[in-house]
Amino acid sequence: MKSWKLVIAGVAVSLVMSSASYAAKTDLVLGIVLEPPHLDPTAGAAAAIDEIVYANIFEGLTRIGPKGDVLPALAESWTQSEDGKVYTFKLHKDVKFHDGTAFDADDVKFSLDRARGNTSTNAQKGLFAAIDTVDVVDPSTVRVTLKQPSGDFLYNMGWGDAVIVAPESAGTNKDKPVGTGPFKFNSWAKGSQIVIAKNPDYWGKPALLDKATFRVIPDPAAATAALLAGDVQAFPVFPSYESIPQFQADPRFKVVIGTTEGETVLGMNNKKPPFDNPKVRQAVARAIDRKSLIDGAMFGFGMPIGSFFPPHHPAYIDLTAETAYDPELAKKLIAEAGHPDGFKTTLKLPPPTYARRGGEIIAAELREIGIEAEIIPVEWAQWLDQVFKNKDYDMTIVSHTEPNDLNIFSRDDYYFNYDSPAFKDLIKQIDATSNGAERTGLYQQAQKLLAKDVPAAFLFQLPKTGIWDAKIKGLWENGPIQANDLTAVKWLD
Amino acid sequence: MNIGKALANRSFCVGLIVTGMIALVALASFVWTPYPVAALDIASKLKPPSAAHWLGTDHFGRDILSMIMVGSRNSIAVASVSVAIGAGIGVPLGLWGAASGGYIDEVLMRFNDLVFAFPALLSAVMITAVFGPGAINAIIAIGIFNIPVFARVARAAALSLWSREFVIAAGAIGKSPARITRDHILPNLASLLIVQATIQFSLGILAEAGLSYVGLGSQPPMPSWGRMLFEAQTMIGLAPHMALFPGLAIVITVLGLNLLGDGLRDVLDPRFR
Amino acid sequence: MLSYATKRALIAIFTLLVASLVVFTMLEIVPGDPARLMLGMNATEDAVHNLQQQMGLNQPLAIRYFSWLGGLLTGDLGKSYTYSVPVFDLIKERVAVSLPLAAISLALSTLIALPVGIFAASKRGEFSDTLAMGVAQMGVAIPNFWFALLLVYVFAVTLRLVPAGGFPGWSAGFGVSLKSLILPSIALALPQAAILARVTRSALLEVLGEDYIRTARAKGLSRRQVLYRHALRNALIPVLTILGLQFAFLLAGTIIIENVFYLPGLGRLVFQAITQRDLIVVEGVVMLLIATLILVNLLVDLSYAAVDPRLRRRS
Repeated sequence: MKSWKLVIAGVAVSLVMSSASYAAKTDLVLGIVLEPPHLDPTAGAAAAIDEIVYANIFEGLTRIGPKGDVLPALAESWTQSEDGKVYTFKLHKDVKFHDGTAFDADDVKFSLDRARGNTSTNAQKGLFAAIDTVDVVDPSTVRVTLKQPSGDFLYNMGWGDAVIVAPESAGTNKDKPVGTGPFKFNSWAKGSQIVIAKNPDYWGKPALLDKATFRVIPDPAAATAALLAGDVQAFPVFPSYESIPQFQADPRFKVVIGTTEGETVLGMNNKKPPFDNPKVRQAVARAIDRKSLIDGAMFGFGMPIGSFFPPHHPAYIDLTAETAYDPELAKKLIAEAGHPDGFKTTLKLPPPTYARRGGEIIAAELREIGIEAEIIPVEWAQWLDQVFKNKDYDMTIVSHTEPNDLNIFSRDDYYFNYDSPAFKDLIKQIDATSNGAERTGLYQQAQKLLAKDVPAAFLFQLPKTGIWDAKIKGLWENGPIQANDLTAVKWLD
Repeated sequence: MNIGKALANRSFCVGLIVTGMIALVALASFVWTPYPVAALDIASKLKPPSAAHWLGTDHFGRDILSMIMVGSRNSIAVASVSVAIGAGIGVPLGLWGAASGGYIDEVLMRFNDLVFAFPALLSAVMITAVFGPGAINAIIAIGIFNIPVFARVARAAALSLWSREFVIAAGAIGKSPARITRDHILPNLASLLIVQATIQFSLGILAEAGLSYVGLGSQPPMPSWGRMLFEAQTMIGLAPHMALFPGLAIVITVLGLNLLGDGLRDVLDPRFR
Repeated sequence: MLSYATKRALIAIFTLLVASLVVFTMLEIVPGDPARLMLGMNATEDAVHNLQQQMGLNQPLAIRYFSWLGGLLTGDLGKSYTYSVPVFDLIKERVAVSLPLAAISLALSTLIALPVGIFAASKRGEFSDTLAMGVAQMGVAIPNFWFALLLVYVFAVTLRLVPAGGFPGWSAGFGVSLKSLILPSIALALPQAAILARVTRSALLEVLGEDYIRTARAKGLSRRQVLYRHALRNALIPVLTILGLQFAFLLAGTIIIENVFYLPGLGRLVFQAITQRDLIVVEGVVMLLIATLILVNLLVDLSYAAVDPRLRRRS
């Protein structure tokens, strides 16, 4: 009897022991393609910054959730005045920055005023344009007064560019980011990796991982090898589309093709002949076979779009048929526009693969209808200067990855040079409408108008090609914003 | 040049045959390639070598053999024009320095050192950052770095000729330095310069491939060997043939040119061996 | 000797100065604005302007050049626009990759090339000489980045013995870091070895043709003894020259190989800095490389002059 007890005890001990040694891992190495220039999300547009710090190191008043919804973050709750112009935020108490300084309403006022102030270097300063004043009511209450009601205000406060920083550390966040989030910055070996570690003093639900390493692997071949070797256990945005099938066939990995906010377009200079003629733009759009484009440039990943709207949005309508591939019609249109023998033009391509590969395919397809498009590869700096700022271009390919950016077609002096009073009017109505059904109707009208006017040829929605170890849970499947929120990520044992 | 001696030189013969074949392929590509290189055929992408496509297809379904054939034009054009730039500017500079001596020579040689001191590839990167990538800028970048090479070779050889009796004699009968350079120095340098040009030509092929590989060379739809290798890099696990054949084309071409250069040196100038 | 050395040193400094001016002006005319690049497509004009001010980009050209030059003289290379850390620190981090890489490949190429060159010279005209030199010819003709691709395919993709690219950082462990430098250094070493083997062979043959060697042979020394006792020492000078130049070349010339293997070395730093218009970093690295090259050249010239007094008189 006694010996039995011993045996049972022994088994129990060994069970405990073994479950201890098989305890779930608590560290994770993620692959990222681009190294961030620095780590201050309030002073740079690079998506690579948010991919590391958003929701992990820094938090805002609100945050964007995995489905693109607005969730509370540092603001525990809020109320809105009758006229929609005054928001009163109730802040979480006992929140500390990573350097030990306390977080309170003064930090919120400091951060918002800094972002919209005269010396601001915020890349999304426009997000704060609606704010009139920010007042500290008491240490845990902030009142924000807007110049006019804005349906997007709470969403805007969830952007990475609107996170709350402390006056003590704001100047050094680029190098040593200090936020309030569930992870602390640990180290950065430039050119190779950035490490963040669990913040033991986090005010909210603590992170499940102890440590996360973001390893910079710009080379697609190396990315594949690193995943296969287990050096990297997750690649939230895997860069090598051609290698994805290999992982789909391997049970060790989970491959998740999600959506992003990246509408990829062939931009045309609407004020520069011959693209000032809608028939020419129509012809260009008709000459492009989206299927072969997606097959050739994206190895089949990416959803064709017929207007400038993300397919996962409830108000999305499929308008690809409006500009379906029809080279004969394209030739006819181009002849009607006065170019029966086609014409010569240029196509400026920024560095991403979708643009460089896509550009080669589109140039070949345009050649079929008589348009000789000379390919001019440009770096981002040149693209921003020549195409975006000075509008010195004929055609270009770029993916517009910002969320909620239908309104770029209503902006004056935007690089498309598209100027449609009807579209501007629609955007104005959308801004002023809070009723869901009405808004949906207006969104759809706007989509149809763009599909008809063809200010740009709409190509495809960029996919979020996530690949990770099948035992990892909690990574985002879609990319409503460019972030790798690790707060709910854990290993199953 | 002694034909019999040339034909007895193994390096020379092999080099000449290989180089000649490359030149023939380049010329042939003007009139015929197995497939048109500008047309894409996405449906038959990444096909390994087969009877239809001897060297397989690339990620856009283009025939790799055809692209290599047309790409040879690009390599040859860039390399030869940049050699022409280097020789066209470098040789006169070197001859001038040798003929003048003194501070002109000193300044020219310091200029040479300056160009030599710039890391060639990084400078090419900077040049293309200013003017944008493309075949022309690759030519300029490679050409600039050919200048000091030719200048040094021309100057050194010219200096030794200036101390030779027939040159001194020409000076004694009142010929100007410019005329002496034209009548006596340059003809005696020709063989040396031809050898150097062959070497620079093969280096030019390699340099062009390197520049194209990092995206700074000629742009699509013009095929280029270096860019084909760049595109092959991400697909090396899926389609190794994409990386293999353009690289072999470079190796064969450069090897042929180097053998030709070595052979020429032996045949033309027995002093160097 | 001293006056010759002083003169050469002065010339080297002057060359550096001119180079700094060339580099600075060249980068000034590069189109693209680092501030706009940092802030992206949604940036407002005043935010871009503020950032330009912060980066010190709106000062006049001459002032920027001289303050940069003044900084160089005191060892201050300025502060990176993008990373906003001192350029010197960035370079230090990258040199920790580039320098070992260059050193390993140089050692590797010397280890291969010297024995092959000596062997070929000792068997001059025989089949093994022809074979060795044929292989060397091949080695010179192979572009190192293509060789690198083949190495990746065989050893990383197919056999999975070594990583296909990337560098974990020395802090991650000496072994793993060294492992990720294996393929890159082999790829760099091969063409260098081919050149070096050819130089070694021809230098040896030249020395072997000299009178005093013939005398030594006539005195009854065996061919082997002559080769190792007399010829090798004298042939070492051109070999060392090439080695010095190759080292300088390797520091700057790893840029393509670093691209193949995604190593965070100096070459990639410059490449990345140019695309980000982080021009102050580009200027710093390029000046560093130019200075290295000039220094190596100077040392080579001076050591030549020390060996051969005729050179001193001629210049």
